[in-house]
Amino acid sequence: MKLGIVSTTALIAAISATSVSAETLRLLTWGGYAPDDVIAMFEEETGHTVEVTTSNNEEMIAKLRATNGGGFDLAQPSQDRITSAQEEFGIYKPIDMDRVEAAQFIPSMLDATASNTTFDGEVFGLPHVWGTSGLVVNTAEAGDVVDYTDLCSDAYAGKVSYRLKRPTLIGFGFAMGLDPFAAYGDEAAYQDILAQVEETLTACKANVKTYWDGGDEIQNLLRSGEVVASMAWDTGGWQLNADNADITFVAPASGALGWIDTFVLPARGRADDAAYDWINFVMRPDVAAMITNTAGNFTASVGGDEGVDANLKARYQASFDQAAIDNIKWYPPVPAGLEMLEGATLDRINAAN
Amino acid sequence: MRNGTPPKPVVFRRVNSMVSDKSKLGFYLLLSPLILWLVTLIILPHIGLFAVSMSEKVGVREYETGFGNYAVFFNEPLYWRTFARTAFMSILTTALTLVLGFPIAYYIAKLTRGRTKTTLFLMCLIPFWVSELVRTYGWMILLRETGVLSNFLLYIGAIDSPIEFLYNDAAILVGLVYTSILFMIVPLVTTLDSLDDSLIEAGYDLGGTGTSILREIVIPHAMPGIVSGCIVVFMLSLGNYLTPILLGGKDSLWFTGLIYTQFITRFNWELGSAFGFLLLGLSSAVVFIGLKLSRQSLSNTMGR
Repeated sequence: MKLGIVSTTALIAAISATSVSAETLRLLTWGGYAPDDVIAMFEEETGHTVEVTTSNNEEMIAKLRATNGGGFDLAQPSQDRITSAQEEFGIYKPIDMDRVEAAQFIPSMLDATASNTTFDGEVFGLPHVWGTSGLVVNTAEAGDVVDYTDLCSDAYAGKVSYRLKRPTLIGFGFAMGLDPFAAYGDEAAYQDILAQVEETLTACKANVKTYWDGGDEIQNLLRSGEVVASMAWDTGGWQLNADNADITFVAPASGALGWIDTFVLPARGRADDAAYDWINFVMRPDVAAMITNTAGNFTASVGGDEGVDANLKARYQASFDQAAIDNIKWYPPVPAGLEMLEGATLDRINAAN
Repeated sequence: MRNGTPPKPVVFRRVNSMVSDKSKLGFYLLLSPLILWLVTLIILPHIGLFAVSMSEKVGVREYETGFGNYAVFFNEPLYWRTFARTAFMSILTTALTLVLGFPIAYYIAKLTRGRTKTTLFLMCLIPFWVSELVRTYGWMILLRETGVLSNFLLYIGAIDSPIEFLYNDAAILVGLVYTSILFMIVPLVTTLDSLDDSLIEAGYDLGGTGTSILREIVIPHAMPGIVSGCIVVFMLSLGNYLTPILLGGKDSLWFTGLIYTQFITRFNWELGSAFGFLLLGLSSAVVFIGLKLSRQSLSNTMGR
């Protein structure tokens, strides 16, 4: 009997001891950023368990807003959407740099993300995966599409597609010789740019087969040949390239739009230890390469591109020469309230006939 | 007691009230799941939604109370036009579903017996064993430019080049009718089943024609079923999100899509909530008008 009590106590002590160090990490991320093999490795190494919810920028913010920053322990929104969300809704908590192995991050990206995600003097984001959006083109049928505005050419009427979202407004702005990012701080100037883009996109509407919503949808449209040119993400183009050598990602003449997805800590996250463990784990070069191989995008990890599949590297290099890389337009932080203007513009384009 | 009456009746009354207390307790216990459901899942969220819809955003983390969000709906043509479009398309869907569903229901209820009847009824049910998303993707495979229908027409030589059937309003209607036809057939079969065959025979004996019997006997008897089926189908179509978004094209706006956009991509919960409330109010109004026009009451149609 006594032995029983002792062993039970020991068991309880053991359980509570493991439960102190092992936590459940509720990760809110994009599809492909937390592959199963990476999760299995992480769980084995640290004893934490990982629950993944895949989402996109807008839904991440909406989900965290609904719970005032609860329900998840680590989220991965793009760096340009962090400060405005923090200012409006206060859904994140600052990063404790002492707990991050900063040497694993490419210094320029770490610094750029830090300065873009600083709010009230505190840093909220760490860089993870970066990529671009530009043109995915079937070069055999639409080889002369080199910029967003070429999508509106009569030659491809009914055979092009893009999203009706803010990147489209910005991409067309650049292709029309304007600079939307420079006008971020000036509402009147930005509205002026939006008005010009609206005119172009309204005129272009007849050309569009459908506005795509999800990555699978645009891949299906391109693969079946129903669409020959589109504005889409680089990874989508490279994935299609593996099946059909004619289709690939083309960095637009006016510059691909560059995004960096980050790590942020939701304000009411409960498993910060696990979250920092995850960050330090996935930034290791070997793990970062595994993520690049599934997500298709490169990471901010030092040496993370070494273990990457040679085919993916070749596709990346075919789409981006040094000039195209230098020409990438990186999204600056979106000021709060700008989305309202864009929303009204998108509504009017949607309603136009 | 005060005026000297014996205390006996008081005792009796107490016993009586104890019995009724007990039955009342049972009544409330049985009622509580319903009340809990209504209050926590319907009334409280709507109060919250209404409170949100009444706050206007004036700046970062600054809100004012007012009807501004509702004013936006009426002042911006896109919004109320989209609502009118959604309501019109839903009514069209309801009418089409009725026209298609009535003969099917009549056949199942009146012209078949026993095993055939069960089999036919089951066949109407089978598509609903898979999720709405899968059913909608099925339609996308059939209707797209490189899809089954277009390829078939090419194969038999009816057309020369592939045709896009997807991404237009007709595709939405097809999807919606397919999604909701079961909810029309079930109430119709139930009401038609209860119609005594001898009434139809008597109609023929008295010299009635097929159409006059349909008009004078069958439809009046089936009216409660028709109306309840129509209400359910109309509400399902109006509140549908998946089908219109996936099958519709660049001009095919749907009101629920607008609500999603306001909540998720615009971060504008205030306007989204106002839209939600307007959808509730206006759809109730359409149902009310429909009931008045068909001279039915809600208790008569839904209470059966």
